[in-house]
Amino acid sequence: MSYIKGLKCRECERRYPKEALYVCEYCFGPLEVEYDYERLKKEVPRSKIERGPKSLWRYRDFLPIDGEPVSGLSSGFTPFLRAENLGRELGVRELYIKDDSVCHPTLSFKDRVVCVALSKAKEFGFDTTACASTGNLANSVAAQSALANFKRFIFIPADLELGKVVASLVYHPTVVAVEGNYDEVNRLCTEIAGKYRWAFVNINIRPYYAEGSKTYGFEIAEQLGWTTPKHIVVPIAGGSLITKIWKSFKEFEKMGYIDTVETKVHAAQAEGCCPVVTALREKSDIIKPVKPKTIAKSLAIGNPADGFYAVKTVRDSGGSGESATDEEIVEAIKLLARTEGIFTETAGGVTVTVAKKLIEKGIIPKNESIVISITGNGLKTQEALEGKIGTPVKIKPSLSAFEEAFREKGVPLPKGNAQLAR
Amino acid sequence: MSIKVRIPTPLQKLTQDKEEVSASGKTVAELVTDLEKSYPGIRARLCDEQGKLRRFINIYVNEEDIRFLKGEATPLKEGDEVSIIPAIAGG
Repeated sequence: MSYIKGLKCRECERRYPKEALYVCEYCFGPLEVEYDYERLKKEVPRSKIERGPKSLWRYRDFLPIDGEPVSGLSSGFTPFLRAENLGRELGVRELYIKDDSVCHPTLSFKDRVVCVALSKAKEFGFDTTACASTGNLANSVAAQSALANFKRFIFIPADLELGKVVASLVYHPTVVAVEGNYDEVNRLCTEIAGKYRWAFVNINIRPYYAEGSKTYGFEIAEQLGWTTPKHIVVPIAGGSLITKIWKSFKEFEKMGYIDTVETKVHAAQAEGCCPVVTALREKSDIIKPVKPKTIAKSLAIGNPADGFYAVKTVRDSGGSGESATDEEIVEAIKLLARTEGIFTETAGGVTVTVAKKLIEKGIIPKNESIVISITGNGLKTQEALEGKIGTPVKIKPSLSAFEEAFREKGVPLPKGNAQLAR
Repeated sequence: MSIKVRIPTPLQKLTQDKEEVSASGKTVAELVTDLEKSYPGIRARLCDEQGKLRRFINIYVNEEDIRFLKGEATPLKEGDEVSIIPAIAGG
């Protein structure tokens, strides 16, 4: 039994049935899933969620599927950590990390959207899935489509990091490397989606797919003890995640699960691709597309589909926007690893940098609660750190060689704790 | 002058289910006017009440987004290919 009423255009509010539609026939606005909140309120108390599985499916009543999920059964419910060390470094009292670098099965938040999309695609009767991706989505569609027995086509920009290509190919999809940037891949896929009856998760299944992102926000609210933080820093690529996090908080507020939401949502982009942050800086409603040039390839979308709504979310919440240079991204990846023991990909370097800058500028006050969104795993973007981290100390396998190596370097070896028993 | 225009699925009802049509015009704006002559109603779908292209429509001339060119004033010539694409996919 689901609570979906149908689809509704975000622009002109025309209604559509729950089918594989994504664009309003009249005004081209994006379609969004509409739920029966009256009935949800009557039938779904907070305790029902608390009794649910330790995965994102505990929020199933707020997701747009009618049948059983076909993949991602262990996705979501990722760690939510108090970041004491990083907080001390940044001079703030209450800092948290929502860590989707360990989301099951493919180590990014995209597992959340893909399991919802594929479950819906199965309901619609599709036998082939596809996506346009900067890498993480590709990995997730490839892996989860393998599990759910779909034929699978993955379209990526040809210059993607090797780790992300390997982590797609292993699941035996057809990978198409397009000579162009993500926006060009996306445009091509929109045309292919018009011609072939495939479930393109982020095109014709998009209204359903995007709802999966809400679970990232639901988890934050629940893991924080049924409340929302004062600040959250969110990475922006296509702009969907930030709008869905906001929506998730607002839905819980509407349900009475949490008090009035007072969260300020801050947008984080790479300096080399920051159309949303630019619109915020210029106080403009128009998102000017850019040609991306950044090591944060998972955020390198120059023409963000939900850019307009991302800007609106930031403004409605009273948040702000900030960007990170390539050097800052690398430093922030290292900072997070050094302080919290978390290895994030370049997108995480962007959110950590932006949090740091907003704290330094006083836009995020030091005594208020802050969540930094970590959405992907550093093992996938190792190229970004090449030549920028230490190298191993190479020695022959003997005690004298070990001690000699450090004597030569002039680095004293710590004695260790003598009082500890051998 | 003949320019090939690729029509997105939501507009194909207006073009008798054709994915691709021919039209003419010296600029993108003129092209839209010419499309309206052949397929009445298409302008209202592409443009808002003020006559500006709707927010969620992207137009490409030979694979390039017209916002990187001259917008609706982007010049067209014989043999150019134009794609009209909903702007709300991806990411």
